[in-house]
Amino acid sequence: MIRSRTFQLVVPALLVLALLPFGVGGYILGLLIPAFYMAVFAMSWDLLFGFAGEVNFGPSFLIGIGAYTAALLNHYYATPIPLCLAAGAFAAVIAGVVLAVPALRLTGPYFGLVTLVAVLMLQNILVLFAGITGGEIGLDLPDVLAISDTTNYYYALVFMTISGAILFGLSRSPVGLILQASGQNAVEAAALGFNVAKHKLAAFCISAFFSGLAGAMLIFYMGTVSVGTVVDIAVGVNVIIAAVLGGRRTIIGAAFGAIFLIGAGELLRPLGQLSTFVVSAVALVVILFFPGGFMGRLLQTGGRE
Amino acid sequence: MSALLEVDGLTKRFGGLVAVKDIGFSIKGGEILGLIGPNGSGKSTVMKCIMGIEKPNAGTVKLEGINVAGWPTHRIARQGVGIVFQHSRPLQRQTILEHIKLALLPDNLLMLFTDHNVSRRAEEIAARVGLAKVMHRLPRTLPFADLRRLELAKAIARNPKVVLIDEPFAGLTKAEVADFSNLIGSFRAEGHAVLLVDHNVKSVAALVDRALAMYLGEYVADGTAEEVMRNETVRAVYLGGKIETAARPEREGKGRPPLLDVRNVGVLYGKAQALDDVSIHVGEGEFVSVVGLNGAGKTTLFNAISGLVPSSGAVTWKGEAIGGMTPAKIARMGIVQCPETRELFGDMSVRENLDLGGQHLPVAETQRQLQWLFELFPILHSRQGQVARTLSGGEQQMLAIARALMMKPKLLILDEPTLGLAPVILEQLSKALEKLRQTTDITVLLGEQNVTFALPHADRVYVLEHAHIVWEGDPARFAEEAGTGYL
Repeated sequence: MIRSRTFQLVVPALLVLALLPFGVGGYILGLLIPAFYMAVFAMSWDLLFGFAGEVNFGPSFLIGIGAYTAALLNHYYATPIPLCLAAGAFAAVIAGVVLAVPALRLTGPYFGLVTLVAVLMLQNILVLFAGITGGEIGLDLPDVLAISDTTNYYYALVFMTISGAILFGLSRSPVGLILQASGQNAVEAAALGFNVAKHKLAAFCISAFFSGLAGAMLIFYMGTVSVGTVVDIAVGVNVIIAAVLGGRRTIIGAAFGAIFLIGAGELLRPLGQLSTFVVSAVALVVILFFPGGFMGRLLQTGGRE
Repeated sequence: MSALLEVDGLTKRFGGLVAVKDIGFSIKGGEILGLIGPNGSGKSTVMKCIMGIEKPNAGTVKLEGINVAGWPTHRIARQGVGIVFQHSRPLQRQTILEHIKLALLPDNLLMLFTDHNVSRRAEEIAARVGLAKVMHRLPRTLPFADLRRLELAKAIARNPKVVLIDEPFAGLTKAEVADFSNLIGSFRAEGHAVLLVDHNVKSVAALVDRALAMYLGEYVADGTAEEVMRNETVRAVYLGGKIETAARPEREGKGRPPLLDVRNVGVLYGKAQALDDVSIHVGEGEFVSVVGLNGAGKTTLFNAISGLVPSSGAVTWKGEAIGGMTPAKIARMGIVQCPETRELFGDMSVRENLDLGGQHLPVAETQRQLQWLFELFPILHSRQGQVARTLSGGEQQMLAIARALMMKPKLLILDEPTLGLAPVILEQLSKALEKLRQTTDITVLLGEQNVTFALPHADRVYVLEHAHIVWEGDPARFAEEAGTGYL
C-alpha cells in the first residue's frame, strides 16, 4: 500500500494542506474551505458515475436536501449543529432512495434526466415556499461551525480526508469491484449472480449521504443557505466538471479537480467575466482530449502492461 | 440420473415476431447438448430465456425440479446457471486475476476486504484455464483467445450446475479450438450439464453428446450429431434442396477493368481477425455472391468496402482508391449497402422511407423510379401509407432493398437479405432479384449464408470461411467442389 502511486501522491499533498495555516493568511484558507466541501461533492459523484456507471445530473438535489434540512432545523428550532448535520445527511439518503428506486429502473439517458428534473423541482419548491425557506434570498443561520478561519479550515480538511478515505476504500474493495462490473455491463454482472439494482442503490445512498453531509457542513461554514449556493443547476454542473476534469473512476482525482476548479476561478478573477470562460475552456479541452482527466493516467492502478 | 436442466414448451415473442416456439429439451449432469441453428433461428434467445436475460412468454425452465422461468438473472445465476458470453467485454482497469475474483465474490454489500481463500482459488482457476502467466495483466494487453479463456475461468469460478456456452469457438485458431474443447470436456467430466450454442453441427460434433437443431424459432430435429447432420430438414435448411443455377448470357462488360477491386483487405476487431487477406473483384453489371456461415466475415467485408470499418489493404472503385474515404462519400460515389439489420426509419411510412432514398433525384426522376420499384415489389405499392415498423420481416426487407435502389446505385451491396425470413417470402424475394438481374444492368454484391438463395442469381461465387476466401468459381461448380463441408 505504501508503494502505491495514489498513496505517494495523496499523503504529501495532505501534509502540505495540513501545514498550510502556518504559512498563509485567511484569504487562501477562505478559498480552500469551500473547495474542500466541493471536493466531497465531486468524490461522491464519481462513486456514482465512475463506478456505478450512472450519470447523476442533479448532484445539487442531494446537496440541497442536506443543506436545507440542516438549515431549517437550525433556523426555526435552534437545533444544535451536530444534530442538524445528522438530519441533513439522513434526509439526503431518504430523498436519494425515493428518487433512485424508480429512476434506476430506467436505462440510458433517462436516469440522468430524472435527476435533472429533481433539481429543478427542488429549486421551484424552495422558491415557491419563500415564506419558510427564504426563497432566492436565503436564510441566515444562528449558528456557525467556528469563527476562526483556521478552525473552519481544519474541520473541512479533516472532513474531506475522512470522506475521501472511505469513498476511496470502498471503490477499491470487493464491493467496489462488483459495483464497477454492474456499471459497465449489467447483464454480465447479473449473470455472475449479483443483484445489480441493489448495488447501484447502495452506491446512490452512499453518494447521497456524503453529498448531504457536506452540503450541511458547507452552510454552517457560510452561516447562510441559499438556492444559488447549494441547489442551482450551476452548482451541480461545477461538481460534474470537477469530477470529470480530475479523472473519472479515481475518486481522488475528483477532489483534485474541485480544488483546481475553485483555485483557478480565483486566480483568474482579474479577468472579470472572462475567468469563467477560461476555466470552462480548459475543462472542455481536458474532457475532449484527455477523457481520463488529470489523474486518469497518474492514478491508474493494478496490472502491468 | 435425472436431468439437471429441463426446458419445456419455451416460447418467446418480440411483438408479433415469434422468436422461439414451443422448444423443449433436457440435459443431465455430465452431458453436453448442442443447440444448433442458422442465424435468426432463435437459439440465442433460448439461452437468454434460460439465463433470465429475456423473460419467456410461456413454458418452464426447471433447474433440479425448480421452475426458474421469469426469475431475475441474478437469482437464476445463484440457483446454479452460468453463462459464457460470446463477446467478452472485460473491465478495463482490473487485472485478469481480479476478474476471476469478481466471479468468486458472493452478492454481499458488506464485503470490504478480500478473503485470502478467494485469492488462492482465483489463482488455481487461472492456472487451470492457462492464464497463470498473464493473471496480473490488464485485459486489453491480451490476445483474443486469452479473453475467451477469461470468460471460461469466470464460469468455472461460479461453479454452476448448468453451463451455457455461446459459440465457444468463434474467432479461434485450430490449436485454440482443441484447447477449448478440452476445457469444455472437463465440465462434463465434473458432472456439469452443458448447453453449447452454435451455428453449425460440424464445429461441435466431436464434443456434444446430443444435438438439437432449430430453424425460425421451431424445433427441427434432435439426436446424435450424425443423426442431426443426416436429417433431411436440417440439410434443406443449411444447403437448400436442389441447388438451381440460372446462368445468363455473358455481359459485354467482362474483360474491362473491374468496377470494384478489393485487394488483400484485412480487418481486426480488437484482437480478433475478422477478415484476413481477402481479395475479390466485381465487374460492371456482374452479380456476385459471397457465401459463408455466420461469423465468416461477410458483413465485415461489406463494411470495409463501404468505409464503415477501418481496414488494411486496398479497395479500388473504377480505378480510384477509396480506402480511407468517409462512408458518406463512398455512398455518393454509387456504392450503396443494404445492411443485414435493414436500418429502416421505423416510424416513417413506406412512402416516406422511399422518398428519403430518392432525396437527391429530380422530382420527375423520383416518380419514374418509384413506378419501376412498385412494379418490382408490388406489395409495397399497396402498403405505401403503412408505418415501416409494422411491416412483416419480408416486407421490411423488400422496402430496404427498394430504398437502396431509389438511390440509383452503381453497385448494390445486399447483406444477408434472407435473415429470419420464412421460405415463402424467400421465394418472392428471389423472384424480385431475378427480375432485377434480367431487366437491368445493375451490379450486385450479395452476401448470404443461405446457399439456395445465393446461387441461382449469381454469375460468380466466393466462399468466405473463417475470415478467408476459400473458393471462387462458377455457381454450377459450387455443389460438387464446395458444397460438401458446408453443413
